[in-house]
Amino acid sequence: MTTLELIQIILLIALLIGLTPFMGTYMFKVFTGQKHFMKPVLGWLETLTYRFINVMPDEETNWKKYTVGLLLFNFIGFAFVFLLQMLQAYLPMNPAHLPNVSWHLAFNTSASFITNTNWQSYSGETTLSYFVQMIGLTVQNFVSAATGIAVILAVIRGISRKTTDKIGNFWTDLTRSTIYVLLPLSIIFAVIFVGQGVVQNFKSYETVQTLQGTQQVIPMGPAASQIAIKQIGTNGGGFFNANAAHPFENPTPFTNFLQIFAIFLIPMGLTYMYGKMVGSVRQGWTIFTAMFILFLAGLCISLYAEYSPNPNFGHAKLMEGKEMRFGVANSVLFSVVTTDASCGAVNSMHDSLSPIAGMVCIINMMLGEIIFGGVGAGLYGMVVFIILTVFIAGLMVGRTPEYLGKKIEAFEVQMAIIANLSTSFAILVFTAWACMSSYGLAGLNNSGPHGFSEILYAYTSAAGNNGSAFAGLNANTIFYNVTLGIVILIGRFGVIIPVLAIAGSLAKKKITPFSSGTFRTDNWLFITLLIGVILIVGGLTYFPALSLGPIIEHLLMNHGINF
Amino acid sequence: MSTNRNISLFNKKLILQAVKDSVIKLNPVTLIKNPVIFIVGIGSLLTTIIVFVGIYYGSFSSFNLQIAIWLWFTVLFANFSEAIAEGRGKAQADSLRKNRTQTQARKMSGNKEVLVYATELKNGDIVVCETGDVIPSDGEVIEGIASVDESAITGESAPVIRESGGDRSAVTGGTKVISDKILIKITAEPGNTFIDRMIALVEGAKRQKTPNEIALSILLSGLTIIFLLAVVTLPAFFGYSLKASGQPLSNNLTIPVLIALLVCLIPTTIGGLLSAIGISGMDRLIQHNVIATSGRAIEAAGDVDVLLLDKTGTITLGNRMATDFVPSEGVSAEELADAAQISSLSDETPEGRSIVILAKEKFNIRGREVHQINATFIPFTAQTRMSGVDIKAPDGTVRMIRKGSSEAIRNFIQCNNGFFPQKVIDIVSDLARQGATPLVVAENNKVLGVIHLKDIVKGGIKQRFAELRKMGIRTVMITGDNPLTAAAIAAEAGVDDFMAEAKPEDKLQRIRDEQSKGHLVGMIGDGTNDAPALAQADVGLAMNTGTQAAREAGNMVDLDSNPTKLIEVVEVGKQLLMTRGALTTFSIANDVAKYFAIIPAIAIALYSGKNNIGPLSALNVMNLGSPQSAILSAVIFNAIIIIMLIPLALKGVRYRPVSANTALSRNLLIYGLGNLPVRS
Repeated sequence: MTTLELIQIILLIALLIGLTPFMGTYMFKVFTGQKHFMKPVLGWLETLTYRFINVMPDEETNWKKYTVGLLLFNFIGFAFVFLLQMLQAYLPMNPAHLPNVSWHLAFNTSASFITNTNWQSYSGETTLSYFVQMIGLTVQNFVSAATGIAVILAVIRGISRKTTDKIGNFWTDLTRSTIYVLLPLSIIFAVIFVGQGVVQNFKSYETVQTLQGTQQVIPMGPAASQIAIKQIGTNGGGFFNANAAHPFENPTPFTNFLQIFAIFLIPMGLTYMYGKMVGSVRQGWTIFTAMFILFLAGLCISLYAEYSPNPNFGHAKLMEGKEMRFGVANSVLFSVVTTDASCGAVNSMHDSLSPIAGMVCIINMMLGEIIFGGVGAGLYGMVVFIILTVFIAGLMVGRTPEYLGKKIEAFEVQMAIIANLSTSFAILVFTAWACMSSYGLAGLNNSGPHGFSEILYAYTSAAGNNGSAFAGLNANTIFYNVTLGIVILIGRFGVIIPVLAIAGSLAKKKITPFSSGTFRTDNWLFITLLIGVILIVGGLTYFPALSLGPIIEHLLMNHGINF
Repeated sequence: MSTNRNISLFNKKLILQAVKDSVIKLNPVTLIKNPVIFIVGIGSLLTTIIVFVGIYYGSFSSFNLQIAIWLWFTVLFANFSEAIAEGRGKAQADSLRKNRTQTQARKMSGNKEVLVYATELKNGDIVVCETGDVIPSDGEVIEGIASVDESAITGESAPVIRESGGDRSAVTGGTKVISDKILIKITAEPGNTFIDRMIALVEGAKRQKTPNEIALSILLSGLTIIFLLAVVTLPAFFGYSLKASGQPLSNNLTIPVLIALLVCLIPTTIGGLLSAIGISGMDRLIQHNVIATSGRAIEAAGDVDVLLLDKTGTITLGNRMATDFVPSEGVSAEELADAAQISSLSDETPEGRSIVILAKEKFNIRGREVHQINATFIPFTAQTRMSGVDIKAPDGTVRMIRKGSSEAIRNFIQCNNGFFPQKVIDIVSDLARQGATPLVVAENNKVLGVIHLKDIVKGGIKQRFAELRKMGIRTVMITGDNPLTAAAIAAEAGVDDFMAEAKPEDKLQRIRDEQSKGHLVGMIGDGTNDAPALAQADVGLAMNTGTQAAREAGNMVDLDSNPTKLIEVVEVGKQLLMTRGALTTFSIANDVAKYFAIIPAIAIALYSGKNNIGPLSALNVMNLGSPQSAILSAVIFNAIIIIMLIPLALKGVRYRPVSANTALSRNLLIYGLGNLPVRS
């Protein structure tokens, strides 16, 4: 790795850490209804939205109503995106005259975009019209991210309030996060991206004569606006098939830097906001640190694996599947960040990563996308692990477990387990099904353990609502579209519903005041415990599967066999 | 006094009974109460069937047989841990029960006495007990007074007085009347007496799980399901890998191997010991001579962070002692001491006696006989609020010596046309500020001075409170004293807070206030007045000498009626929770090792070349010989560890009064990372 690349990574990290308190404080003000500088600019839009959807912004509800609102909103979004695709050919802004989308692909894509997964079984430029991409997908890019923020807000209220059943108003949270957080940021980033050369137009695709004399179709479209929110909202669904590896989506090293930066910006800020809202900034930094350590560990392992020579080729830094513009370090960094944060945008082909670097991506997703994670989703996923950690280790101080003064009892444990079980169930059972069925195996491009990794990666990415792919797998089949769609829904709502139930249950409880007899959740010991529980409870389940995929592939590579 | 119920960890009879019980506990109906072990049970059954089916088809597999045997042992060991904990608890309860079932009661039927068995008595029945009778069931004395030997439940040999009305009316079944005759109204339904409840709490089958235990069971079941998923999907992944490495699918993992893997992964250690930990926590409470009426109470005891403690008996020795004589102007200390001693000669209260002794020690004034000096004792009454003597001199004059509170003496002096000197007022307020009780002595119309009566704070109690503070527990002293006195004693004893001039209803209000702030409150009480507060508190420890109302209201009863017991109860509660946490952490952390032993071993042949050693052998860090030996050793370790940890589960982890953070670091080091099987 060159010094310049190292400096770039350090700069990125320093910039993100430095901005965390600012983002956190800003979001804290937005969501606690305090005055902030965007209020005069966009306040009218907020008021207008409430009037339009007929909501009293300060009327709070219990967790059941909150959940019903969330599910209803997501269902409407699903139906809308589904219909748009099914009727694409009859809708405007379709210069390439793309036909209607098949039902199973439409199902998969709708499920994927309402859940912030943005798994794409299709390639954008040859499947979806500008209209569907803008009205359907880009809108979902905003609101699916806002849904994640709404859930974590409800959880925080559950933790910090006492003896109430009110955990907030879903519509208010949704509106505020869209208008004050996602919208301004994506406008800023979109403008910069356009300045750097990302396309943003409604032109028809252009056919050009290449130097070799052949004809090539150059896709166009309103890319910059979708790409900004795709990174900011940790969505990851590319405008073009090649995603951030496409020169029109990610033209320069500077845009590449910004895109990585944008992925972590909100999830990091949310940890700070969390601390402020529960009344102790330290608690927020504790979570931040645990996530950061896991991120750094993954990054180091991945870089080490990529820079170690492949014994079969005798040299390190294999460039297969990577962009010359970015080089190895930037590709690896992007791959780790995008799988940590449940983003799923890619600037290189993860299929071509070394087995261990590929495994880091899979593990990042398997742990439940809690290493900063998707916007909101990462943090509420982390709260599930915190609850488990507090419950397992908290007893050792001689008290029944409590977190921030809230007793963790049977109901919370049950819900935390259900949240955990949803993802494990989705990944393991569906991967097993695909491995045993001819439909599943039909999609494979590679044999041996690498083929297995491809299937495992697909279901893990879907269950973690990441959306990135190991590429090698042809997933646009009825089998994969339907099963992956189901896994995506389980991975999203199988976590959100129990987490909101936890929020509701915690809100009703009293807060035990802090004393020296309290199990501390804001020190290094707790960070260690939390990471331990994440690795053992979240990761160990998948050890057999990983052994038969990337681990064995790595060992075989050392024996001189490649896949 | 509690030594007699300290049953040694293992004795032969207990172990034999426990071995027998652990087989009986294989009954699926009882086994299913423990989901983790139930799964192991199913696995054992399946493996056994596979072994026999194999034999039937003529292909005996000794490996499968060994797996089956060790799986059965895993279940039996888990059952054994529960059985031995139960056995220890039962041994303590059984002697009491034996006493009772053979008892015949003299039940009053109208005006006649009828002989019935104690077990047939119902709530509301009235029985007669005379010298030598065993009291048949829990009840309340409604007529008479008697001395009762309660050694059967308290271990205390000195008899106690039980009388109708007042705060000492409750009697416990199984105790014995030593003198006199009492009429008892039975207050317990058959099968629901204290002893029955005590037995129920230590018997696994009938035992209700406590809230935290339920939550932990859910966690363990959840982990079991997650690992079940990991194991049942494994053959599919394996099948794919076999196909990819060109090996026949018949090489896929066998069911016994999968079951063995599952059993090693699920948290069997804590699953097997959970019930034993709970039972032995109850048992430790009983060793402290405390009976809990619910398992929830003992967990609450660990959580309590505010203790309401009565001053008298808990913080101070019950009695005040005279420590000084402070004379008024123109009076010598000796003169004062002499008068004080005379006035106290017939005063049999501990305060009175301490005055006599102090006068003798300080001025060598010998006690005199009251009748020798022709004196009449004037006892203390609630109206006069003073006591003393009238001494008739031969000339017919009467020396009236009185001692009492400053107000009472002021009235007395004024009635006799005397005046109350400013100096005495100063002394009185000065002493009160120091937390002492000033007792003013007067003769006729002259104030002689003040006796300094002091509350003596118990030795070591300050240290005890400091420990509690370290554990995050706040102590509140409850006293009827005035705020000045209370503050001084509070400072001397080192309590965090106090309530002066407290009435019983203030106690209840205080508990409610603390609870609304999120605190969990523990208190101790005995009188009927205390009942509402005992019921409101999260841990209400009633004294056995207290009224039946108090005993019913609290969720624990202290058979020794020792007010400091509350502190020990808290410690037992904390120790129980710590043990549970430590073994849970141990159990889960332990899975990691077993994983790394088994997975590489079973996958060793995949993608192998001619030598049958595939790449995953690189992960075989434990250097286990063959796949079979790796699996078998993991299964055996998994079973043996349960047996090895039984002593720890029964004794509990070592408890020290330290802050949460220190306790956590320590327990984590030992049980999480150290993975030390047994504490030395």
